[in-house]
Amino acid sequence: MLEACGLAKTFNPQSPNEVRALNGVDLAVEEGAWVVVIGTNGSGKSTLLNAIAGAFIVDTGTISLAGQDITGSPEHKRAEFIGRVFQNPFSGTAANMSIAENFALAARRGMRRGLNWALGSDLKQAMRERVRSLNLGLEARLGNTIGSLSGGQRQALTLLMSTWLRPKLLLLDEHTAALDPKSADQVIRLTEEIVSREKLTTLMVTHSMQQAASLGDRLVMMHRGQIIHDLRGAEKRRARVDDLLARFEEVRRREQLDETAAEMLRRAYV
Amino acid sequence: MTLLLGALSIGLILSFLALGVFISFRIFHFPDITADGSITFGAALAAVLLVDGVHPLLATLAGFCGGAAAGALTGVLHTKFKIHGLLAGILVMTALYSVNLHVMGRSNVPLLSEITLATYAERIGEVILRSTASLNVLGWEVSVRDGSVFLLLFLAIAISGLVGYLFFRTSLGTAMRATGDNDQMIRALGVNVDNMIVLGLALSNGLIGLAGALLAQYQGFADVQMGIGMVVWGLASVIIGEALVGPGSLGLTITGAIMGSVLFRLMVALALRWGLDPNDLKLITAAFVFVALVAPNFLGELGKRFGPAQRARSSPGRSV
Repeated sequence: MLEACGLAKTFNPQSPNEVRALNGVDLAVEEGAWVVVIGTNGSGKSTLLNAIAGAFIVDTGTISLAGQDITGSPEHKRAEFIGRVFQNPFSGTAANMSIAENFALAARRGMRRGLNWALGSDLKQAMRERVRSLNLGLEARLGNTIGSLSGGQRQALTLLMSTWLRPKLLLLDEHTAALDPKSADQVIRLTEEIVSREKLTTLMVTHSMQQAASLGDRLVMMHRGQIIHDLRGAEKRRARVDDLLARFEEVRRREQLDETAAEMLRRAYV
Repeated sequence: MTLLLGALSIGLILSFLALGVFISFRIFHFPDITADGSITFGAALAAVLLVDGVHPLLATLAGFCGGAAAGALTGVLHTKFKIHGLLAGILVMTALYSVNLHVMGRSNVPLLSEITLATYAERIGEVILRSTASLNVLGWEVSVRDGSVFLLLFLAIAISGLVGYLFFRTSLGTAMRATGDNDQMIRALGVNVDNMIVLGLALSNGLIGLAGALLAQYQGFADVQMGIGMVVWGLASVIIGEALVGPGSLGLTITGAIMGSVLFRLMVALALRWGLDPNDLKLITAAFVFVALVAPNFLGELGKRFGPAQRARSSPGRSV
């Protein structure tokens, strides 16, 4: 479904703020797979997601989705195939518009928007049904503005909106990071339900080792703009929180070794 | 009565300006100053075409199109050339000053002896009343021309307001509102944000150009300086309208902007009638807008203090 080859991106090149966010990333995701992406700070997890979504164009490499090359495609053109939930609960919804209007916008993701009525009656009916399934009591408040809702409710709605039209790829960028534990739990359960029911190809970035261990069928670990571990199948199922933490430790230790080794070499030969 | 009708008529004409400013400032949160230039551009185009004998409806339409082109240019400067919105508007507004001079050929184009929409309004009025004598409304004498112009303007703005409301309930209109609200979200939903902004600014300045074309025909001339300070009038109308109707649905805010424009012109006309020095006009404008901005919050505070059981009319701090 998704094939990213040799992705590289440097921000602010040739300047003191230069950051090599992606340093040669190869990732192939089969249809229906749920990939969890974890990594150290600054490892390029969110950058990878943004690169796939089209928030910027990569310096080198190719990205293809469902066989179509989208490497040079602008973000709004890729949106036809991609559903996104952002980390910030405020990013995925229009705060001053009603819940119903937000859904009306999502229901035409990737489609031409013309002079047809945004809130048709069949859309309103379908909306009420889907929102009722959330069990958040929002189906009676579809006319309320989004701004009055809590972060958890907004993320739940963003999730529903991003999957209203079945996306070829669902990108979840630490979508529970800004929520309290209870809301985070609800949103994760909703995520599991939707992904398994629609059999969506999902790429999920998370900081939570708990989520990484219990969700998805493949785990990818990033460090310094590269993928350093790729666990699938039984290996992924076996991985527990402790195993993942141990892998992080190993990376840190390796880093330290590199620094000392460089120092030794410098003292010996310079 | 003539004064009253005149103030109301100009208020209705400038409601188009208020609607245009409402679209750019409130819907797109885009500080667009092109208005000063596009209102004059609309007036200039319409005036020159009318002098050439073009049908008033076509001339007025040309005013709309000219304004729309100016707005689109501001949009393109902002989206393609990444120029800050405020600056883009200033650039276009400044350039338009010279363009307007070229279009008009001189700094003022008189229209009193031309056939304008006002002439047509008068004719329609005469046909309906079957006479050319002036009317008697509540004891005051109203000429057929003034009366029919006012009524037709009222009709025009009412229809435009309704069309505007319906437009912003369509898929395209809703996407436009979302662009101003959260462009990151709407981009992730497949909307070309750059195109939306250009389209929105074109629509906004088209309405403003239309106001210019109508104003020129009403007052009987187009002047290259007539646009100066107009964006402030438009903004003041929108703000006064919001103070009147409070936070509400889209339909309510559109009506508020129209009411604000009329009320504002009325207040200014009354102030001038009661002996206000015309030199103080801008000061009074600023004072009105200040009161309009502060009053809702102030009244809300009073409500809270003297009536804890009442639902205080709290409006979230609105930044202009």
